[in-house]
Amino acid sequence: MINGIDSMTCQEFQERLPDLIGAGEDLHDHPHYCSCALCRALLADLEAIAEAARQLLPVVDPPEELWEHIELAIQKEEASARSETVAKSG
Amino acid sequence: MHPLSSPVELPPPVVQSPARDLTAVGDAAGDETLARAQAGDHAAFAQLYSLHKRRIYSLCLRMVGDVAEAEDLTQEAFLQLHRKIATFRGDSSFVTWLHRLAINVVLMRLRKKGLSLISLDEVMEPVADEGPGRSFGALDLTLAGTLDRLVLQRAVADLPAGYRLIFILHDIEGYEHNEIASMLGCSIGNSKSQLHKARLRLRENLCSKLAKEARP
Repeated sequence: MINGIDSMTCQEFQERLPDLIGAGEDLHDHPHYCSCALCRALLADLEAIAEAARQLLPVVDPPEELWEHIELAIQKEEASARSETVAKSG
Repeated sequence: MHPLSSPVELPPPVVQSPARDLTAVGDAAGDETLARAQAGDHAAFAQLYSLHKRRIYSLCLRMVGDVAEAEDLTQEAFLQLHRKIATFRGDSSFVTWLHRLAINVVLMRLRKKGLSLISLDEVMEPVADEGPGRSFGALDLTLAGTLDRLVLQRAVADLPAGYRLIFILHDIEGYEHNEIASMLGCSIGNSKSQLHKARLRLRENLCSKLAKEARP
């Protein structure tokens, strides 16, 4: 897809996308974006995905009994540390 | 800044993401609870668990996609927190510190299971159908306005592990590429590239699904 001031092909544009996006550049002014409907559609989809991802913040609670397991494991660790200390000192 | 480059402003979430608001729990009451937990107060530690369990568990669940394993990892993360909490000095926010700790626990597990995180490309599924020429033009549906939370959630869960990891860390958890590179031991360029591929894969899967649903 080449025209006028845009001498970049879709392939070249898309190969550069990870860097361009990662650098935070506003691609809406990019000559290729302005001249290529296909790449505009691609970017619109990628933006839709990134936007939707922001709605995926956590919503799941762990089961209630998990805390009991953690508490038990902590108690075991502490008991084990205490007996090691006693063994060393005794 | 381009909207794809970094997760930015959100509507006020109930529980915040590390990169989005790292100081949310750093209020006076939170600081006091933290200080008490550091001094060995079990009730304060239980309070910290209550405050952060949802975020940590959800993170684990997304990253491994298995409820039992996510519970196990959440337990391990909080056990590690208990062992290390006295060493927290406040150089970063506590939320950031805890999330990094939890992510490291998950990464350790993934490494044990054979997922090489140094060279993510090698562990990805073959992506022969995903060259640069593949992504443009072929899809005749647009995703804007059609994506809902559950659909995307399922699509993310179906991503290959390496893609899923980067996508979750960047697009959902809000980490920057330099932070991800540091956590995973890969280059920043690798992180950017993998994120892009993950999004392309998601786009392809989502469009295929929408196309199927649109057929009579």
